[in-house]
Amino acid sequence: MAATEADVSNRLGRRLNALGDWIDARFPMTKLLREHATEYYASKNFNVWYGFGVVASVVLVMQLVTGIFLAMNYKPAAAEAFASVEYIMRDVEWGWLIRYLHSTGSSAFFIVVYLHMFRGLMYGSYKKPRELVWLIGMLIYFCLMAEAFFGYLLPWGNMSYWGAQVIVNLFGTIPWVGEGISEWIRGDFYISDITLNRFFAFHVAAVPLVLLFLVVIHIMALHEVGSLNPDGIEIKEHKGPDGKPLDGVPFHPYHTSKDLVIILVFLIAFSGAVFFAPEMGGYFLEHANFDPANTLATPEHIAPVWYFTPFYAILRAVDNKVLGAALMAASVMLPCFLPWLDRCRVKSVRYRSWIYKTALTLFVISFLALGYVGMQEATALYKTLAQIFAGIYFAFFVLMPYYSSMERTKPVPSRVTR
Amino acid sequence: MAESSGFTRRHFLTAATAVTAGAGAAATAVPFVVSFKPSARAQALGAPVERDVSRLEPGGMIKVEWRGKAVFIVRRTEEMLRRLGDMVDQLADPRSERVEQQPEYAANDHRSIRPEFLVVEGVCTHLGCAPTARFELGPADLGSDWPGGFFCPCHGSKFDLAGRVFDRAPAPYNLKVPPHRYVNDTTILIGVDTGSA
Repeated sequence: MAATEADVSNRLGRRLNALGDWIDARFPMTKLLREHATEYYASKNFNVWYGFGVVASVVLVMQLVTGIFLAMNYKPAAAEAFASVEYIMRDVEWGWLIRYLHSTGSSAFFIVVYLHMFRGLMYGSYKKPRELVWLIGMLIYFCLMAEAFFGYLLPWGNMSYWGAQVIVNLFGTIPWVGEGISEWIRGDFYISDITLNRFFAFHVAAVPLVLLFLVVIHIMALHEVGSLNPDGIEIKEHKGPDGKPLDGVPFHPYHTSKDLVIILVFLIAFSGAVFFAPEMGGYFLEHANFDPANTLATPEHIAPVWYFTPFYAILRAVDNKVLGAALMAASVMLPCFLPWLDRCRVKSVRYRSWIYKTALTLFVISFLALGYVGMQEATALYKTLAQIFAGIYFAFFVLMPYYSSMERTKPVPSRVTR
Repeated sequence: MAESSGFTRRHFLTAATAVTAGAGAAATAVPFVVSFKPSARAQALGAPVERDVSRLEPGGMIKVEWRGKAVFIVRRTEEMLRRLGDMVDQLADPRSERVEQQPEYAANDHRSIRPEFLVVEGVCTHLGCAPTARFELGPADLGSDWPGGFFCPCHGSKFDLAGRVFDRAPAPYNLKVPPHRYVNDTTILIGVDTGSA
């Protein structure tokens, strides 16, 4: 007696269901899927700005995978590091691709994360009750900076070397204990083999572990309070008789299918960079880093990679070394306080006044301008520009409690719009 | 035991356990934190270095590597030494009053043991870049009043021929004079100023 096709698929279906039940009795598989995908309701009016979180996780996975494969051929020793990167580029099959994916991926990570953070500034994603989502996100950003900094030393190029020198010496500006801390971080009297070895450990093990943990709790915190939307209104406040938000749609399949399109567009742009401009004219991979590290000769012009230059410009804006370092640290930390600096009850920029729109525009301009100035040589003109734009940057945060409480906002709709 | 509010035996035991565990965790952290310090090998490699300066021409400079840092040895001419006094009003610390930046024996007008030889670390006191030697007078990029000295290409700090920093530069202090001494008339030992090499 031959079984029909329907019989087979029925039997297979029953088997799979039984396996699912077996797992569910031992691990909350279905429960997790429901909570975080098929029954996680997110607003139906998401625009493209809401895709960068997902894109960031795609980049994270890509960095982890390419990083693991790079670690298989890379040698974290001062005598061998530079040559091992060249070996990966020339002799390892497809090694050039894996390395370019990883190096371009670091810049892509920051582009995506900056856009993701800007989304937060536009639509008030940091406001109550999402303060912790924002703070955990800031911690992720700090981890990312650490990861990028540690990773940048690994190729052991001359810019790697002197970049690390400058950043480690920043700790030396701390009064009294600074010198000791710098020495402790380096494990030597200068950036040496010992420093490279420990930075490798941080880059491939310590920081990624923390990063993954933070990403998980970032998403957990978000799913607890629910995603916001371009209107900045809480969809949970209007639920249907079935208890589901009227303006929400399940994350899967509705948002996942839309996110796939965004991921695809991102991957097209990303591939363009990887295949046609992996160095991006010296912005993604700096020219001076094609020379091996030289302890006795500084590159003619030291600038960090583009994603750090806004803060670097602030560091250089003042003549006082301790003040410069303190201002730079402050500029990095300030966004953490946004949930409490912003006194406006309206979340989305759509319904906020010209005051916030102007402030936000000035902030973006100052951030980009500082980024540009930070890449230039330290001339008097650029120093003045850095001071002006640093002033705007700080004013955005420091004056926020005042200007945000003076706003005359537009009426906020109770249900989401387009 | 009667119901009591306030600090109970249970509270005490919980606190005592937490404190003990905390002390244990702190003690356990010590080896890990201390392992970050320069190892015995790093300390050994950081030993003093000796350099013969007899063949260094007047007006010339050599770089010696000590602890991964460039140490500049400049043999200053009479002319160079005379110019040291010219721009004193534009220097941040012309009298070398900041004690950390030089040993006592170099806290003088020429910031050296012997006026002729300047020994300074080639490490910008701003953020540790390597200043370049710019001994020529009044070059186009540094201005016509440039008296010769060191220029840091990273952030534009300027130092004179005694390693003294100019005002209005990001670098806060004069270039550091490392501990050093003359083993004999023509040999300098860098890294230590007492005892034998």
